Amino acid sequence: MLGVVRQKMLGQSLPKIRPVVSVLRSYSSAAKQMTVRDALNSALDEEMSADPKVFLMGEEVGEYQGAYKISKGLLEKYGPERVRDTPITEAGFAGIGVGAAYYGLKPVVEFMTFNFSMQAIDHIINSAAKSNYMSAGQMSVPIVFRGPNGAAAGVGAQHSQCYAAWYASCPGLKVLTPYSSEDARGLLKAAIRDPDPVVFLENELLYGESFPVSDEVLDSSFCLPIGKAKIERVGRDVTITAFSRMVGHALKAAEILEKDGIDAEVINLRSIRPLDRSTINASVRKTNRLITVEEGFPQHGVGAEICASVVEESFAYLDAPVERIAGADIPMPYAANLERIAVPQVEDIVRAAKRACYRSVPLAAAA
Amino acid sequence: MASWGRRSTAVAHHMRAFFTANKTAQIRIGTRRYPFFNPAVSSALVPRPWPSIINMTSLFLVNRFTSSVAGSQAGSRHADDDNDDNLVKKELAVKMYSDMVTLQIMDTFFYEAQRQGRISFYMTSSGEEAINISSAAALGKDDIIMPQYREHGILLWRGFSLQEFANQCFGNKDDVGKGRQMPIHYGSSKHNFITVSSPIATQLPQAAGVAYSLKMDKKDACVVAFIGDGGTSQGDFHAGLNFAAVMEAPVIFVCRNNGWAISTPISEQFRSDGVAVKGQAYGIPSIRVDGTDALAVYSAIRAARNMAVNEQRPVLVETLAYRVGHHSTSDDSTKYRSLDEIEQWKTDRDPVNRFRKWVELNGWWSEREETELRSNLMRAIQVAEGRRKPPLTELFTDVYDLPPSNLVEQEKQLRETINKYPIDFPSDVSL
Repeated sequence: MLGVVRQKMLGQSLPKIRPVVSVLRSYSSAAKQMTVRDALNSALDEEMSADPKVFLMGEEVGEYQGAYKISKGLLEKYGPERVRDTPITEAGFAGIGVGAAYYGLKPVVEFMTFNFSMQAIDHIINSAAKSNYMSAGQMSVPIVFRGPNGAAAGVGAQHSQCYAAWYASCPGLKVLTPYSSEDARGLLKAAIRDPDPVVFLENELLYGESFPVSDEVLDSSFCLPIGKAKIERVGRDVTITAFSRMVGHALKAAEILEKDGIDAEVINLRSIRPLDRSTINASVRKTNRLITVEEGFPQHGVGAEICASVVEESFAYLDAPVERIAGADIPMPYAANLERIAVPQVEDIVRAAKRACYRSVPLAAAA
Repeated sequence: MASWGRRSTAVAHHMRAFFTANKTAQIRIGTRRYPFFNPAVSSALVPRPWPSIINMTSLFLVNRFTSSVAGSQAGSRHADDDNDDNLVKKELAVKMYSDMVTLQIMDTFFYEAQRQGRISFYMTSSGEEAINISSAAALGKDDIIMPQYREHGILLWRGFSLQEFANQCFGNKDDVGKGRQMPIHYGSSKHNFITVSSPIATQLPQAAGVAYSLKMDKKDACVVAFIGDGGTSQGDFHAGLNFAAVMEAPVIFVCRNNGWAISTPISEQFRSDGVAVKGQAYGIPSIRVDGTDALAVYSAIRAARNMAVNEQRPVLVETLAYRVGHHSTSDDSTKYRSLDEIEQWKTDRDPVNRFRKWVELNGWWSEREETELRSNLMRAIQVAEGRRKPPLTELFTDVYDLPPSNLVEQEKQLRETINKYPIDFPSDVSL
């Protein structure tokens, strides 16, 4: 293992390695389970009741109770002025949301999937993200764009893309990617309360999954900080970063690796912009090896940014080349067998971790 | 050249609309059509003062708006039977006229400044001064303006000073926009003027959103969103109007149909009967009005505002005018239209001249005021040019509500580098 080399880059001193124990907000003794769907629903409900400026808008969010039932019961409770069903025009309702936010309301705009947000992306990037800057602080845009992102199951190319990297490259936006119910509740509440525009990327396959939640999480004032990653599993040998559904895969991979004597540290990014570079770098300085996992396309992806950050700040600490695991560089195919190969699986993460630990030849070395 | 000929006739079609009793040359008020310009008044090419318009006072009595949604309401209502003489009193008329002149002169000066390389870009509103000023005059100060980019006259009316305009164009440290936006992209929440956004027509669905918020707040105000003839082709035009109608949002959509979208004449933009019919298609009451007539625009916008606020519904006003200037300083419109055509509109249909005749006839304006105005403007420009540009801090602020850690770090690094190498740091950037 390389010794610690102090490097001074342009006067910037090395951030201290934070004690890992304090970051371990472990699931407490409470045994209560909650699905991600209920977590999102309860977060929306509580924020709408706390602040009359918050309103929900999107296709099917009202009468239909939400395309994925996330907004179940909200129309009944808050009425059609605060839970608005919209005509089929993403450009339209994204624009309306931005306008309402200019005026001072707090819209939560739901896209049926973020694939459809492409029809509204001008409003998100050119208006929501940039208005505060362009207007020199006169017009803030406290809006939340939320909806399922990334691959579902058997829905083909136009319903399966992950947009984390695209939105996260734009200054002015905040991009959040919850994994568990705790993440879903805490981050959605934080997003709604935040005065900046937030892109909130959920995952359809996670909606039905249950996670344990403590009483603290269930409290209506519960909120998670934006820009802080969570170390889901502490380890010593290799750092695995992931977000959204891939966190589950990474945790399963870590269990398998443990049997082989590799102790993996799994980081749930939670926030893609701002990216918690200090947690990631602190972890890499401890383990000296890094694997990034994401569902999206590999080129210009989230993993590329993490690799760059680690190379810039912790190069001397790396014992092995950094590896990115991403979706295949193709539009998503429909056939079940092909789809399976196009998305990262647990085995891919296990193999990559082993390569990083020199249990097998690293890809970079084999070139 | 073939394409030349095609373009000329395409525009001539637009011009002809003003001079003949063509279908598209008619003012439609409610279900009745009035010839836009009375052929009996044969001196059609000479600017006619108020007396000629008086022959057709009924044109400017906004009697009826009708919406023609199939199956649903096709209401009509009668507005007040005002004579326009009573609507526009001396004080208002003088302010309107002087602001129109100020706008015209300001545009000329800034255009020249760009040509001399002193600012990077400018867009004039020549030929559309009446649309700008009369709309502003007919609205209240609480009405929120969502501009496209040729409505700086409204900001002028609302009190944005010549100095503030100059500061924004020069991007100096006193710019209310902190030097963030290119010229013409003004924004001032103090004046209820939403920051100009370049992508065309994005302000339309946003206007519906702002109006929806006003409605939820039950405010006695409306939103006024501007769009050009070309902008009506954008998808956002459809989404914005459709949505505003469904949500019953109090928004006035003002389409400045000036015949050109850069080099695209309206015949190549759409084949509908102008823009007023498009509004009707969405179930929005629509009116078409002579945009070079300050009083006509004033009364149309007044009536539209009353309808929008009292009935809580959207209204569309199509103002017909001509874009006398180039699209912007990056354009040379003589390349796609004839000089004669431009000259004709510039001299014969100048809204400012037309209104001056009316104001002078009433004895409310003279040369002396004109000269004073010009010298004030010159001074403002000189002052703005001399001021320093925004300081370094403004590079990093307002990206988010609170500065994120990476930008704080970056600024810190930058300042440390500056301290280390002060000679290499440009002298025109203050810290």
